[in-house]
Amino acid sequence: MATVRIPTPMRRYTNGERIVTVAAGTLAAAIQELDGRYPGLGERLVDSGGQLHPFVNVFVNDEDVRLLQGLATPLDDRAEVAIIPAMAGG
Amino acid sequence: MAVDRLRCRECGTEVPAGPVYVCEACLGPLETAYDFDALRRLPLRARIEAGPKSIWRYADLLPVPYDPVVDLSPGFTPLVAARRLGEALGLRHLYVKNDSVNPTWSFKDRSVSIGTAAARRFGYDVLACASTGNLAHSVAAHAARAGMRACVFVHAGIERAKVLAAAVYGATVVEVDGDYDDVNRLCAQIGDEHRWAFLNVNMRPYYSEGGKTLAYEVAEQLGWRAPDAVVVPVASGNLLVKIHTGFRELAELGLIAAPKTRVHGAQAEGCNPVAAAFKDGTDRVRPVRANTIAHSLAIGTPADGRYALAAVRSTGGRIEAVTDEEIVEGIELLAHTEGIFTEPAGGVTVAVLRKLVRSGAIDPEHTTVAYVTGMGLKAQEAVAGRLPETVRIKPTLRAFEGAVLAPAS
Repeated sequence: MATVRIPTPMRRYTNGERIVTVAAGTLAAAIQELDGRYPGLGERLVDSGGQLHPFVNVFVNDEDVRLLQGLATPLDDRAEVAIIPAMAGG
Repeated sequence: MAVDRLRCRECGTEVPAGPVYVCEACLGPLETAYDFDALRRLPLRARIEAGPKSIWRYADLLPVPYDPVVDLSPGFTPLVAARRLGEALGLRHLYVKNDSVNPTWSFKDRSVSIGTAAARRFGYDVLACASTGNLAHSVAAHAARAGMRACVFVHAGIERAKVLAAAVYGATVVEVDGDYDDVNRLCAQIGDEHRWAFLNVNMRPYYSEGGKTLAYEVAEQLGWRAPDAVVVPVASGNLLVKIHTGFRELAELGLIAAPKTRVHGAQAEGCNPVAAAFKDGTDRVRPVRANTIAHSLAIGTPADGRYALAAVRSTGGRIEAVTDEEIVEGIELLAHTEGIFTEPAGGVTVAVLRKLVRSGAIDPEHTTVAYVTGMGLKAQEAVAGRLPETVRIKPTLRAFEGAVLAPAS
């Protein structure tokens, strides 16, 4: 099972859970699975065009998925997914 | 005037002002929401002109009250009439906003002053940040001034002077084995788990308002008018956006006429995600892996890239990128013509300024302001290998005449 870390502002969707698990597969599938379990969560990540919102960053094993295969990025059983609102810059 | 509301930049949802930075409704970034009606009722110009010679003269327009405990008196830096640089570039009314002279020698002091005041207001004990160097330096100094603990996170390999500069004030300097984007991600995660005030993460809505003072000051120093063109270095894109917004808000408050300022952005080719998106005519910024001497602009995933693109396009500006060689030439040109020694970010600004003039994007008759955001001594590596050796002589008149005077004449 891949693990997904939920940032504070999204924990209201997951009943306060900080870390949830999903079946291995792709990031897109993981988001769908999470949305099924926690309705509304999918919309927070993906827009109507099926793309990640520009102001949300997703990391798989600490790599920005936009530098990997985006939503098609594969998740194996030990993958760690982190969702982080985009606050880059200082 | 302290704000009591924050508003989401993406969906407009408002929340009470507190130590939050992400909209719970849509995960967009939260921004401070001022009461413009209340502000318009104040004699703003008189109050500003009577204020201290620092960013805090604009206290009415800043999101938290002035806090003397944290004040290192940043801002109100010189707006230099750059006659010789202008001549070299073919510009008749060029100014350099020289922010290298701030308390820790970069424009970060503006934002950190406000962010630290916010951190204290919200009861934090520890100041922190993810930094390419200048921010860490500023945070360390402000923490020392305020008697707070500081822990700054930088990526491995930043200029040694910037590490030293943060450490000397007593801050813990954490050097992370990764690039800036790794550090930033890590800090967002730490901030989510521990009650620390990350200036550029959870204090961001307050912290980022510091950038507007770079517009306020330029307008005031030009005699309460906006320039025709500005050139702003782009890392996250936040500074450019705040400068653009700053001029517009001054007009909304009746302090200046509606600005027609063309806002231009400057990046290094070795980290040009926003410039590339501009060139491609898109608003989707694709992340890159940074590889440039302009470390302070080496943000491969600029969160404010979209907003910077919108600001530039809406004003008829451009975003250009320059090579590392051009950057160093920019540093040297500024030093040789105006006696200002800037770091690579400033070299990027000057080099892009030159490119924009050559391409006709800047009118030679227009009042143009180039923002120099940091000083060169903290980034010596960029120029160290290129400078001529010192002239070594024995202490005799003859030696001087032979080695110095003769070759020079």
